[in-house]
Amino acid sequence: MSQAVLQAKLWYAQRISAMVLGLCVSIHLIIIFYAIRGGLSAEEILGRTQGNIAFAIFYEIFVLACFVHAPIGLANILEETFCKGFISKALSWILAALIIVLGTTAVIGVFTGGAL
Amino acid sequence: MSNQDLKVKVWRGAQEGEFIEYLVPRNSNQTVLDVVTYIQRKLDPTLSYRFACRVGMCGSCAMTVNGVARWTCRTHVSQIVEGDSLEIAPLNNLPVIKDLATDMREFFNKWKGAVGFFKGDKTRHDDFAKVEPESAERQLANAGIECIGCGVCYSSCEVVEKRPNYLGPAALNRAWTLTNDVRDVQQLDRLRAVAGDEGCHACHTQGSCTERCPKKLEPTASIAGLKKLVARAAVRGSKWGKL
Repeated sequence: MSQAVLQAKLWYAQRISAMVLGLCVSIHLIIIFYAIRGGLSAEEILGRTQGNIAFAIFYEIFVLACFVHAPIGLANILEETFCKGFISKALSWILAALIIVLGTTAVIGVFTGGAL
Repeated sequence: MSNQDLKVKVWRGAQEGEFIEYLVPRNSNQTVLDVVTYIQRKLDPTLSYRFACRVGMCGSCAMTVNGVARWTCRTHVSQIVEGDSLEIAPLNNLPVIKDLATDMREFFNKWKGAVGFFKGDKTRHDDFAKVEPESAERQLANAGIECIGCGVCYSSCEVVEKRPNYLGPAALNRAWTLTNDVRDVQQLDRLRAVAGDEGCHACHTQGSCTERCPKKLEPTASIAGLKKLVARAAVRGSKWGKL
């Protein structure tokens, strides 16, 4: 695959993931407003999220959209600000790995209530 | 100096140089090009600048006036003067040959680089191509077709400033009008040429080109059209094939 075609595909992936993120962030904000009605405590949050498969699926989609979107953006910023090459690619992949691992761990954590 | 004089600072030199101040009589309906012409004809015949038609058709006379790229033949002094001062410099993002004249080769070579030229497959013996004026393609091409190649958008583009290899708004706008020309036969080559980080995907959509285009075209919209077209061609293929 040529560099230009790769760039076009990455742009497409970032655009689609941005659309997903837009939706996810809106729902996330609505959930926050709903969740803090009667104060906010860990028990309250876990009480709602534990065993709730719809919640887990929604937030995993959120994590996946971040996993696609943020590293492409970071790579672009690094390449435009500094230079192209190994470091920008490596940092993007590290960010991607952190988002998917930490994000999924958090989703599993609130779904199981820390039982795993 | 009379009260009616303009203080005009003009760039003299090439890449290295300095602003020299001239006093130019103020007239009603005076354009910036009139001011530059006055300086060259009455005050300093060594001043170099470029112009041709004087009526906003040829795109030769663009300069940076008070920090903003403009077509000088259609810019009235009264619209932009700050107090009684004008500062006139060559266009940004292009090498300066001398004074206010820039080297436009790089600018036009990028049009070629974006396959910004027409190639058909008909000969003079074939009938005329019939393009419906109301067809979607023709309408999209119409929106960007009136470019006069003045370089104002190129000079105003922050991405060109940062990434000298970027094709720039004018070349990409031309490429977009040609992707909507149903007679053209080099569409895939064009999509390959404008893809990637030296092409349409480098655009940050800041919109300076659209803001400053003297013909009120919207290169930002043309580039957005190219981004979608190229990305779809790379992922799903296009009516001309896959990238």
